[in-house]
Amino acid sequence: MKDPASTARWHLATCHGCGLLSRAGTGHAARCPRCGTPLHARKPESIARTWALIVAAAILYVPANLLPIMETSSLFGAQNDTIMSGVVYLWVSGSWHLALVVFIASIVVPMAKLIALVILVLSVQLRARWQPVQRTRLYRLVELVGRWSMLDVYVVTLLVALVQLEALATIRPGPGALAFGAVVVLTMFAAMSFDPRLIWDSMEKNDA
Amino acid sequence: MPDTPPASDLSTLPEAETAPRSRWRPQLVWLVPLVAALIGGWLAMKSILEQGPVIGIVFKNAEGLEAGKTKVKYKDVDIGLVTAVTLSKDLRQVEATAELVKDFQPHLVEDTRFWLVTPRISGGSVSGLGTVLSGAFIGVDVGKSSRAQRTFTALEVPPLIQIDTPGREFALHSADLGSLAMGSPVFFRRLQVGQVVGYQLDENGRGVSLKIFVNAPYDRFVTDNTRFWNASGIDVKLGAGGIEVDTQSLASLLLGGVAFETPEEAVALPAAAPDTRFELFADRTRALRNPERDVLKMVLLFDESLRGLEVGAPVDFQGIALGEVSAIRVELDPVSRRIIMPVEMNLYPQRLRLRSKEKDQPPLSDEARKRFLDDMVATGLRAQLRSGNLLTGQLYVGLDFFPRAATARIQWDSDPPQLPTTVGSLGELQASLQRVAGKLEKLPLEQIGADLRQTLQTTSRLLHRLDTQVAPEVVATLGEARKAVDTAQGMMADDEPLQQDTREAIRELGRTAKSLRALADYLERHPEALLWGKKRNQQ
Repeated sequence: MKDPASTARWHLATCHGCGLLSRAGTGHAARCPRCGTPLHARKPESIARTWALIVAAAILYVPANLLPIMETSSLFGAQNDTIMSGVVYLWVSGSWHLALVVFIASIVVPMAKLIALVILVLSVQLRARWQPVQRTRLYRLVELVGRWSMLDVYVVTLLVALVQLEALATIRPGPGALAFGAVVVLTMFAAMSFDPRLIWDSMEKNDA
Repeated sequence: MPDTPPASDLSTLPEAETAPRSRWRPQLVWLVPLVAALIGGWLAMKSILEQGPVIGIVFKNAEGLEAGKTKVKYKDVDIGLVTAVTLSKDLRQVEATAELVKDFQPHLVEDTRFWLVTPRISGGSVSGLGTVLSGAFIGVDVGKSSRAQRTFTALEVPPLIQIDTPGREFALHSADLGSLAMGSPVFFRRLQVGQVVGYQLDENGRGVSLKIFVNAPYDRFVTDNTRFWNASGIDVKLGAGGIEVDTQSLASLLLGGVAFETPEEAVALPAAAPDTRFELFADRTRALRNPERDVLKMVLLFDESLRGLEVGAPVDFQGIALGEVSAIRVELDPVSRRIIMPVEMNLYPQRLRLRSKEKDQPPLSDEARKRFLDDMVATGLRAQLRSGNLLTGQLYVGLDFFPRAATARIQWDSDPPQLPTTVGSLGELQASLQRVAGKLEKLPLEQIGADLRQTLQTTSRLLHRLDTQVAPEVVATLGEARKAVDTAQGMMADDEPLQQDTREAIRELGRTAKSLRALADYLERHPEALLWGKKRNQQ
């Protein structure tokens, strides 16, 4: 099957501002003749930005899992919980389904997102022609899942708001919560800055 | 379908304006991973820097230990957390791994002690109640040594005294533990000033060594002359002043306790060095007795029963305890083939002198002492067995002067020297009783009996005669007497003629009296009538 040519191939670009399709010359920075918005055939520096955000997220993924995300102090002593200790606690105390939910939402999903993004960016950079449709689907999944792994942060936020009995019991978010939130946000940005059209560019160029 | 749009279509599209190509700008987005890296790096650095020392604590069992939950606390401040609890390879012990805060690193030395704090009731006090809610934790007492150590063996019982508590530890030695236990109080003038912190059986099994801790500032009252005694029980004394009950405190009755006292003259002495060894006496009296350095051994031979005399019985000189009986032996005298019972005693001559004014005079030389004692014996000093308690029959040895005693000398050549004795008060009593008995024996009891019997027989005969002969006569006489009385009574009755006659006679007598009175009257008025007779006109 022969793929239809993309606008980039014809040196055409859609304005992000007003949606006007115009001819953009090669090698030059172009502006929309109608509204003056800079024109790009593809998201500029998409790969580099995505890489940067992925790296940042990956770095923060370590403290997010190692640092406590919740500090509980009650009559019976203070306790610091990391994501993993929470999962272990839930598992040990018998709520294995909850443990599974937390584990998937808070540990597997961010990790999977990072891995998926790395695969996408790498494949684009290497101009791989492997399973473009699947890769696009993967991208859509990553984008969709985006904000849904904030489960832990959500729980901590709720608890902090609810349990403030001062002398009896207090719950505070730990530094891990911040790192975890940063990971989620960074992966969302990474997914946003990735241009899925690049997946198909390599297919076209090899066609030509 | 053509894969390229028609050119005309393309040309209708507006041409994009060309803008000057912006000069190269550094990709700002790379700041994000940079910041993330910085944050991550900082966090990593921080956690590495804050990483505290990891230590191993060996426990006998893991009761109350829980990985990730059991805390290590010093003065109730969290300084660490148990991260793992594992069994030793030989399954005999439990090794807990704990991560401590970094600041604690310099205090992990050889004599730092760890123990498990659980609710505990001991020594009359309840400790660790807080752990009922919060769970057990590991207590720490920081050591003073400078040698670092990373593996510790936990104490089985929490130390009663923290290492930094001011005060000093002393060692006591006692024959037995009594009712003392860990935490038993130590009293000074009935004030609790310390505790028993440990005890153990001597290696030879002959006694018990105790460790006590006396808190500052009271520890300075412990000098080398301090006496310790077991204050566990009640000391009941029956004296001339009535019953005296002496105990340190009610708690010490239940838990036991140690009391100490420093003799007045020793208070000024410098305080004893830590870990000085003292003897723990059984009671206060024994503790406060002066230690005798000057001991004179003497032997006594008594010719009477020694029942009631015990080793330890006092040797008393006019009320002053001068020594004590140290041994009572039984020997067969090979010469006289008699059984003799030498009583050995320890005399403390210094006691006699202590009560004299000159306390500091040096002890007498042996020669001078011999002469002194010889003089005393010459003046009549003798040893005598005396009864100390009539109820229990306990005896003591009394030394006293008996000026009329037969002359005797101290036999210095026997070993130990033999002091002459005299019969004891009990013996004397026995002797006089014997004399009485002898006299009683001499009485002609049988003769007296025979005579008495004879007398009784005579009496019996006499009584018989009285009964058979005299008595009937008496009865008869009495009958006659009654008859006589009856007759007399009959004669006295109203209607008897005798009575009538008597009345008549009396009446006649009355008339006669009246006539006589008339005659007398007439005569009074007419005395001449006696001569002239009665006048006619008057008749």
